Amino acid sequence: MSIKGKVWKYGDDVNTDVIFPGKYTYTITDPNKMAQHALEDLDPEFAKKVKKNDVIIAGENFGCGSSREQAVTCLKYAGVGAVIAKSFSRIFFRNAINQALPAIECKEAVDNITSGEEVSIDFEKGEISCNKGVFGFSPLPKEILSIFNDGGLIPHVKKILKI
Amino acid sequence: MGKTFAEKILAIKSGKESVVAGEIVTVSPDVVLSHDNTAAISKKFKQIGIDKVKYPEKLVIPLDHCVPAASEKYASNHKTIREFVREQKIENFYDINTGVCHQVLPEKGHVLPGTLILGADSHTTTYGAFGAFSAGIGRSEVASIWATDEIWLKVPETIKINIEGKIPSGVYPKDIILHIIGNLGADGVLYKAVEFSGKVVREMSISGRMTLCNMAVEMGAKNGYVEADEKTIEWLTPRANKKYEIIKSDSDAKFEKIINYDISKLEPQIACPHTVDNVKPVSKVIGTKIDQALIGTCTNGRIEDLKIASQILKGKRISDRVRLLVFPASMEIYAEAMELGILRELIRSGAVIMNPGCGPCLGAHEGVLAPGEVCLSTANRNFKGRMGCKEAEVYLASPATVAASSLYGEITDVRGNLK
Repeated sequence: MSIKGKVWKYGDDVNTDVIFPGKYTYTITDPNKMAQHALEDLDPEFAKKVKKNDVIIAGENFGCGSSREQAVTCLKYAGVGAVIAKSFSRIFFRNAINQALPAIECKEAVDNITSGEEVSIDFEKGEISCNKGVFGFSPLPKEILSIFNDGGLIPHVKKILKI
Repeated sequence: MGKTFAEKILAIKSGKESVVAGEIVTVSPDVVLSHDNTAAISKKFKQIGIDKVKYPEKLVIPLDHCVPAASEKYASNHKTIREFVREQKIENFYDINTGVCHQVLPEKGHVLPGTLILGADSHTTTYGAFGAFSAGIGRSEVASIWATDEIWLKVPETIKINIEGKIPSGVYPKDIILHIIGNLGADGVLYKAVEFSGKVVREMSISGRMTLCNMAVEMGAKNGYVEADEKTIEWLTPRANKKYEIIKSDSDAKFEKIINYDISKLEPQIACPHTVDNVKPVSKVIGTKIDQALIGTCTNGRIEDLKIASQILKGKRISDRVRLLVFPASMEIYAEAMELGILRELIRSGAVIMNPGCGPCLGAHEGVLAPGEVCLSTANRNFKGRMGCKEAEVYLASPATVAASSLYGEITDVRGNLK
């Protein structure tokens, strides 16, 4: 599988409060409505203009802060095809796998990609192609890849429990 | 080669002879926490397609994030949770009259040394203060544990943080952890287990150790841990609901790194907007005007926090330009503070005593900020928009610094205000 999309580039330590504000965590339950508030306190233009398969590029520690899974849900339903960061906060990383949103660690790609350019990601080959070249990334460990491949944790558990 | 606490406990909980850092294991937790997010988790649980939680006795559910309900939506959320709790016969449910989850779980005896506790809340790291392995996970993961009693975890490398020296007057555990976070950065120990040790930690109260472990996640830690000792046993004796075994790192355990701090010359610390690692000594931000002061939350709403605040405020009146909100972390603490006369002193000084709960910490209700306002808080996060308004600013400090600052309406060095 591969995707192609426009880049939205941000810095280090993008936290879950700016991705999906705490004031909405119990009042907005529809994932499509969550998407309307994605990155609201970081970039108010994002939710209005993001298109399907667009790619977020960020620095270190993306998704730090709260365990709120809506931080992943809002990006996924906004159409984001992947987040590429230098590193992820651990709970955000787990939540991304569990909702089958590709979260890719690749420092080189982050350093070489600029906001607004178009990039493509080949998930089978583990390659990111951008204006400055092609950068490789490691696949998930096999124990975890199956969760992602099943479409997230809930469908994965259904499969395990044979429901 | 010896093993770290993380390696030892994750071997036990995964039923293996031994594990090493980096390995991925499947574990069965002892306790699973969820709070106001239980309604959303129950929805995910039902999507799996089974009716009954596998081990309802492992679930602990306190309501705390928006209590009492601030609107019809919050009320409906709580109603769904109460119905689910009844339907699944979950005994360890604590309604709005109990307190903040991270205070309630230890108080009610659910947190024991050598146990594995996972929770749908990032500050689940708090329970490491009792020698437990505790970490935050997502909502889907909690739903999946309810169904299967299993989850994968990567065995983390451990970073040992030794805190040595003598705590100076006016400096508290909150100042120490803010200093460490400022020094190491928001991703300073990303994915790692953190073991707090050294003379200062050994001498520190359980309450202070909870503050350290609570904020370990703010530098990216998977869990925070303090070895259980006589103080832990003494605290737990009237509360523990079952037998436990203390698990410690071996003396020859392989730590990824050992970081040493001598805090003998530390001054009170302040985390400035809008990141927790933007930490400065108080002297650098002294005089910053504040509109609201908050003492409480899972970080600093315990009896020793309220006590030091009341000692600083006793017989004085807070500035007219400041609202001081006090949230005891639990009803147990609220009652004790009342019996000790602490609440009376705080009220006389001009504080508003709120009900135990998360209050405005995550921007839901009970004291959210207006554009342009500044809050000095004892909470653990100061992200943009955190307290409900993205045009407001949040500074973080110890309860003593917050109390002293509320007297003057500006960030103040508490060392000049101690009796």
